[in-house]
Amino acid sequence: MCAQISACPACSVAPSAEDLAKMSEVGEARIMLSLPTVHCAACISAVERALNRTHGVQSARVNLTLKRVSIEAKPDVTAEDMVAVLAGVGYEAHELDAGTLQATVTDQRGRELLMRLAVAGFAMMNVMMLSVAVWSGADSSTRELFHWISAAIALPAIAFSAQPFFRSAWSVLQHRHLNMDVPISLAILLASAMSFYEITQGGEHAYFDAALSLTFFLLAGRYLDHRTRAIARSAAEELAALEVPRAERLEGEDVVSVPIAELAVGDLVRVKPGGRMPVDGVVVDGQSELDRSLLTGETVPVFAGPDSVVSAGEVNLTGPLSLRVTAAGEDTSLHRMADLVAMAESSKNRYTSLADKAAGIYAPGVHMLSFLAFLGWMVATGGDVRLSLNIAVAVLIITCPCALGLAVPAVTTAASGRLFRRGMLIKDATALERLAEVDTVVFDKTGTLTQGTPELTNMGDHSLSDLQVAMALAEGSAHPLAVSLVAAAKRAGVKPAKLTKLTEVPGYGVQGLWKGKTVRLGRASWLGAKADEQTATYLQIGSTEPVKFSYSDRLRKGASAAVSALKSQGMKLALISGDAPKAVEALANRLGIDDWIAEALPQDKAARISALSESGARVLMVGDGLNDTAALAAAHVSISPATALDAARVASDIVLLGSDMSPMAEATVIARKATRRIKENFGIAAAYNLIAVPIALFGFATPLVAALAMSASSITVSLNALRLR
Amino acid sequence: MEILVYLIPISLFLGGLGLVAFFWTLKNKQYDDPDGDANRILSDEWDDNPRP
Repeated sequence: MCAQISACPACSVAPSAEDLAKMSEVGEARIMLSLPTVHCAACISAVERALNRTHGVQSARVNLTLKRVSIEAKPDVTAEDMVAVLAGVGYEAHELDAGTLQATVTDQRGRELLMRLAVAGFAMMNVMMLSVAVWSGADSSTRELFHWISAAIALPAIAFSAQPFFRSAWSVLQHRHLNMDVPISLAILLASAMSFYEITQGGEHAYFDAALSLTFFLLAGRYLDHRTRAIARSAAEELAALEVPRAERLEGEDVVSVPIAELAVGDLVRVKPGGRMPVDGVVVDGQSELDRSLLTGETVPVFAGPDSVVSAGEVNLTGPLSLRVTAAGEDTSLHRMADLVAMAESSKNRYTSLADKAAGIYAPGVHMLSFLAFLGWMVATGGDVRLSLNIAVAVLIITCPCALGLAVPAVTTAASGRLFRRGMLIKDATALERLAEVDTVVFDKTGTLTQGTPELTNMGDHSLSDLQVAMALAEGSAHPLAVSLVAAAKRAGVKPAKLTKLTEVPGYGVQGLWKGKTVRLGRASWLGAKADEQTATYLQIGSTEPVKFSYSDRLRKGASAAVSALKSQGMKLALISGDAPKAVEALANRLGIDDWIAEALPQDKAARISALSESGARVLMVGDGLNDTAALAAAHVSISPATALDAARVASDIVLLGSDMSPMAEATVIARKATRRIKENFGIAAAYNLIAVPIALFGFATPLVAALAMSASSITVSLNALRLR
Repeated sequence: MEILVYLIPISLFLGGLGLVAFFWTLKNKQYDDPDGDANRILSDEWDDNPRP
């Protein structure tokens, strides 16, 4: 099967700015959310009821097949509100870009294929009904009448339904290549033309039913293939649309929101707390802390003040920052990382799928065989063109890759459907086959095996009053450590102490007054405590010795299950992280991974993967950060969680939609099963040909034999694929 | 065998009717969410009166 070639897929998907502007004028916002965890009737009702109850929502409808909900609401309703509402009723949701979605909702190509499939099916059944009468002995004028009616149904139906094959065959022929569609088109065209000629001569055999069932079965394969890809593509694209392409530029006293592409070196940019750096730059004003975990894998936030250098992709945590742009667009460190990806990507494109391999052998073979049959019979009969052509056509029809056309799509549809139900999205058509070959799994730490959110570990070490004060202070900040502290204290039933003059000192911490004493919660250096390697925050009451609240990164749900399952499958496991050795070692020991590397730079990660591949290993890379993208692209196959950065998701073949990691282990098992089924299917198709081809070659093939061989092989292949479900 | 003169057109017409019905369902976006529709039938919301 040949992949759809398009000059610019993004062009057809991305709506123009005017369209978007028009949409927003309607006065009704359309919000799309991805819901990775919905799976049943109760989920649908719960989600819709919760949303419809929310103020400002006009209607909400869940699409279970695509696991998303579309919401019609007043313009002031934001997607964040909706995500919060759904989180309240226990459903995980991610915002999708309604703009890109518009294009995918009306799946024009899929609908067109279905239409052709329906016409081919209708015509096939009617012609088959007439053919059965002919096969069971209708002759003379009845047979001729039936043949003419068949022709009247079949010829227009083929002209309409088989167009996708003709078009694809024509385009590859123009480039002087062969694909599966060439023998298919040739068989359909020759069979129709030959049969038409035969019936004008009052001949006995007409292959209209064969030509139609060929079209029907192959269209079915084509549609399955299309649907698998369309679902994956749309979901992947929508997730990709999450990144914010705008920045706030300071122009004198004004703040102007501009697209990132318009920023130039020397501009002043403001980044709010919680925002991501759009450019590389130097801080000119403000103090804050930066979360660099997506870029480097470090879990401990880094202090940023005037003259600190920041890189695009880092997240600003506590205070607003003004930056002087030092590099924008193509020159940012983010883009240099993307270049690394582009270099690694080419290695992946070299992979030839099983279907392409089969087509490479099959297409020329079929042509040779039927041409030889024609020549052989010409010689044997002393130049009977009509008989020789009839036999050549019969060979073409019988060898035609009906089963082959279904063999791969039927299996990949079943397999990716099963994985999708478990919350995994296959982005690349050959990903399953590559996943099946994996023998080594390399994990990233921060954000992949761990949530990337800190968890308080030593709550028991503190007195209740300390906890109450710390909680009250932490409530004054949106810093991840503070948020986590509040959550932990709430769970333990701690009530916050009453504080006054609560103020946040961006970049350092929070302070306030408690019973006349100054209390402070924040960085070690701010409180004069000795910092250590672990993630921690410190509490000081009055002028007493600061006490430490230490954190560890929380393990992702299902991570240990996935790791141990992969281990029991006999995979070699490795952990490569950009984080400090102590944190990496602790996690590696906890999960039982012996091979770990800490403080790895992005290049180191990619180099390690390449070294492994060169030593013959097939590497599955699992990662989420920008520092992983090169490694993700270099690996044989790669998986990233939905929370991963845009670039990482683009570079990976499979996306984990939910936050649970346990389906990963199952994915390798399903992938291996799927590949085995594909090979079995090729075997079945080959076995049928082994029996049917000699029959055709020796001239015993009748339309009945062709119909039997074709239907039987197609149905066996589909049933074999269904065993995967 | 004269009955065929009626039966064949009738069978073609009925089949064609099915085809047209299929086109109609396709245009009405009835295949956009097959899993959802299969599950919605189990929900007892809107059982008493249709959704406005």
